[in-house]
Amino acid sequence: MSQAVVDRLTAELGDRILETSDAFGEHEVRVAVKDWVDVAQFLKDDEELQMDHFIDLTAIDHPERESARFDVTLMARSSANGHRIRMRTHVDDGQEPGTLSRIWEGANWAEREVWDMFGIKFKDHPDLRRILLYEEFVGHPLRKDYPIDKAQPLVPYREVTDIGKLPPFGIEEGQPFARIDWEARLAGGDNQVSPAIGVQQGQRRTLSDSEAAQQIQARIDARLAKEAEEGAAAESADAAEQGSGD
Amino acid sequence: MGELKVIGGGGEVAVTTRLSDLLQWARKWSLFQYPFVTACCGMEFMATAAPRYDIARFGAEAPRFSPRQSDVLWVVGTISQRQGPAVRRIWEQMADPKWVIAFGTCASCGGFYDNYTTIPGVDKVIPVDVYIPGCPPRPEAVLDALMLLQEKIQANDRRPVVVPPRQILHNAPGRTRGESS
Repeated sequence: MSQAVVDRLTAELGDRILETSDAFGEHEVRVAVKDWVDVAQFLKDDEELQMDHFIDLTAIDHPERESARFDVTLMARSSANGHRIRMRTHVDDGQEPGTLSRIWEGANWAEREVWDMFGIKFKDHPDLRRILLYEEFVGHPLRKDYPIDKAQPLVPYREVTDIGKLPPFGIEEGQPFARIDWEARLAGGDNQVSPAIGVQQGQRRTLSDSEAAQQIQARIDARLAKEAEEGAAAESADAAEQGSGD
Repeated sequence: MGELKVIGGGGEVAVTTRLSDLLQWARKWSLFQYPFVTACCGMEFMATAAPRYDIARFGAEAPRFSPRQSDVLWVVGTISQRQGPAVRRIWEQMADPKWVIAFGTCASCGGFYDNYTTIPGVDKVIPVDVYIPGCPPRPEAVLDALMLLQEKIQANDRRPVVVPPRQILHNAPGRTRGESS
């Protein structure tokens, strides 16, 4: 759908396109941070491409990478040709890609959101303030090293020892069911849930000994046995056929 | 209405009670509400406020869009950290006596929003009288909450309560099919 865009970019800009990829028809080019604005300007202005529709601009945190921790990605579309393209650049912590808000007006707020959530600054942005969070907030919450349970209340919480809640609302507020003990998992443990949930549920289930895992294993065993049985039956039928044919 | 005493008989009868009981009785049947609606629970709030459930039966049908004129603050939906100061200020602007209903799981305990954005229960910021569990709660649960609140007002009891789940009548007509009783 947008291979034409990739071809045009590689033909016109050559080695400024560092990498191209195609995932199920979604085409992507990677450029260096210094070329970020220029390539975007080319996408918009080129008479063949006419990428006039700014879809989104966002970032991805890769804390495991040695250098260039963030990916900043731009998604753009051409309303004349229907082409879509994704442009990506690797940004190091503290590095500042140029703003695209002079090319597409809509990039203004998207870049503010990226600053708010990831702490990536955009050079020459007209108004780089937090957009979703409040100015008192410290840090950038979508960085993977931001503590998952760290809240920064604007109003200090009331200090009530006996708030008098009854089930279903326990003392342990909230429902941290999505929390995974990543540290333990990366260290090789197979704890599937966070210690908080384990305590809450009075158990610490692991994948290897859970009932669900045993049931799945039993189902797999039964299917394999059935397939083996059917295979044997088919073989014997074949043999009988050949025998009768002779 | 507390303890009622009937005096006299025949053509002229007088009924006496305590002044505080009379006041609480008047309060519980005229609850002007301030809906602080922030999220999807608002849909169920609208359903409750619509004619089918006839919330006027409880004297609580009149919304007042100024906190200074209202008695009950309905916190309907998720309260983000950024909204904390607003909801706190609205509560402070209400005149006493005032009550707070936490409508739905998010307002009660934060629901599944367990992160940097959301206040885990509006009771972290303001005191709550009645919690309505549910995501969202059915209008029947909301009516139960109103009746609980009326009981609390009449008894002058400020301890928080949670609306209990309704008992499901398995043998109710229309619930079972193809079974003869």
